Amino acid sequence: MSESERQFERLSVFKTYKLYVGGKFPRSESGRVYEVSDSKGRWLANAPQSSRKDARDAVSAARKAFGGWSGATAYNRGQVLYRVAEMLEGRREQFTAEVAASEGISKSKAAAVVSATVDRWVWYAGWTDKIGQVTGGANPVAGPFFNLSTPEPSGVVAVLAPQDSSFLGLVSVVAPVIATGNTAVVIASESAPLPALSLGEVLATSDVPGGVVNILSGRTAELAAPLASHQDVNGIDLYGADESLAKELEIAAADNLKRVLRPSPMDFSAAPGTDRLTAFLETKTVWHPTGSLGASGSGY
Amino acid sequence: MGGAPLADVTSSDSSLRRFLHGLPGVDAVGLEARAASLGTRSIKTTAKAYAIDLAISMIDLTTLEGADTAGKVRSLAAKALHPDPTDRTVPTTAALCVYPDMVPTAVASLAGSDVKVASVATAFPAGRAALAVKLADVRDAVAAGADEIDMVIDRGAFLAGHYLKVYEEIVAVKAECGAARLKVIFETGELSTYDNIRRASWLGMVAGADFIKTSTGKVAVNATPANTLLMLEAVRDFRAQTGVQVGVKPAGGIRTSKDAIKFLVLVNETAGEDWLDNHWFRFGASSLLNDLLMQRQKLATGRYSGPDYVTVD
Repeated sequence: MSESERQFERLSVFKTYKLYVGGKFPRSESGRVYEVSDSKGRWLANAPQSSRKDARDAVSAARKAFGGWSGATAYNRGQVLYRVAEMLEGRREQFTAEVAASEGISKSKAAAVVSATVDRWVWYAGWTDKIGQVTGGANPVAGPFFNLSTPEPSGVVAVLAPQDSSFLGLVSVVAPVIATGNTAVVIASESAPLPALSLGEVLATSDVPGGVVNILSGRTAELAAPLASHQDVNGIDLYGADESLAKELEIAAADNLKRVLRPSPMDFSAAPGTDRLTAFLETKTVWHPTGSLGASGSGY
Repeated sequence: MGGAPLADVTSSDSSLRRFLHGLPGVDAVGLEARAASLGTRSIKTTAKAYAIDLAISMIDLTTLEGADTAGKVRSLAAKALHPDPTDRTVPTTAALCVYPDMVPTAVASLAGSDVKVASVATAFPAGRAALAVKLADVRDAVAAGADEIDMVIDRGAFLAGHYLKVYEEIVAVKAECGAARLKVIFETGELSTYDNIRRASWLGMVAGADFIKTSTGKVAVNATPANTLLMLEAVRDFRAQTGVQVGVKPAGGIRTSKDAIKFLVLVNETAGEDWLDNHWFRFGASSLLNDLLMQRQKLATGRYSGPDYVTVD
């Protein structure tokens, strides 16, 4: 056998997982990483270990994106979210492998999880232009007024993603937040952040404007504290916090009157309902004078 | 006025050109590397608190829009006096910087305080008007009570090499200023090269500028760490040679506390502590103040603040 015919083993190309902040993929400002391993303790990858400054930068990015995203028409938001589902579908194999490794389930089970996740995106994409009719509407009042209530997004929402369900759980808490026009700063599952970090790559290649979703990996407690006390964060979803941490964060969040969604265990495989959609909505009510009612019974 | 050692350089256009072109050339790569390396200094805790308050006290709070109204100037004056209405320990800004026709409003709003009134003049920002018009502009602003005049140089004449024309214009404006301090704006973004910025700095100082200022804030490239560093070197060397101290004012594009602190590091490491005072160093800025206030609140409370907790301009 000649030299040229000898088979060389190809070197593996390892992926550098990075944060997703403001539509870009930075490393952590702190330069730290931590080891992520699979359910059997084998090394999978190094993930960035974000610092509170990364959290601050993510909030700035989310605030910057809020005007455009909340101002987009609900129909447009729905289309953009559907596009995310399309992009997820194209990356099915990658997510299946990551979910299987992270959660210690078989390939076929992981594939089912990924399918459920894509379906969850589609489901929430459909809600963007319907939630207004469900939670808002005309109110009967005793006076010559149109009285209309419409739900409006709260603003920047910090989301502590579920610790165990690294992909379906993640999407089940993030999608409803952004579907209604909020922007999100997401703290990925501490032990299984890889699907979340890959989701950032999907969002970057769909039509979601940069900053609408910002994904941080690292120690949940370290990142959640500055977000809970941050004066420019309007709401916080504590799903991924344990009981003692949740209590601490709730106290910090109460200090600046954040809207808080307490952790309550959820079966992600079941139909989700609209609770998470309405959690970060504020109702705006407008009184519009109709003027004196004429002979026709109408002044307008 | 430039001291005795430089008295002869302004005797003719050619001697002035000889002098300015005889200044050492700028090592652009070295300058930018130096500015970048000084920008990596870590300023924390008490030093940061000091730097933030110092930066606030150095701000020329500026509004230079076609849409400026007397009401806008009054509200900005209130902000200059009490940058954070909830915290009276915040220092006042150095000055309020407005167009000449807004000077009376600014003077009335700031009466009895230490906050100075600065006025841009000489057909700001382009400076394309006859000398008589420019001088009338300055006279107006001074008569209305401006403490400081920000003039623009004639970049066209400078770039064409008519240095004496630029020099004489600055001298004429300086004469109109009377007791008001004169800041000379070079519009560094239009001077093309670092060598030109160094020449303009020396030209301005020889002509009697009290301050040299980077830019108007109206062009794409405004104050950068590198061009400010270059001007700080110029004022340092000028004082060493003539004994006259000249101030520096970077303006435009400085929006975050982090940026402002980087500039203060440049001042301290280049010109020295004598310049760490609002009599000798200023920031031409408006949105910078809110970021400094948010950082100040963060230091005081430990929580990140947000734009809802500072005043909207």
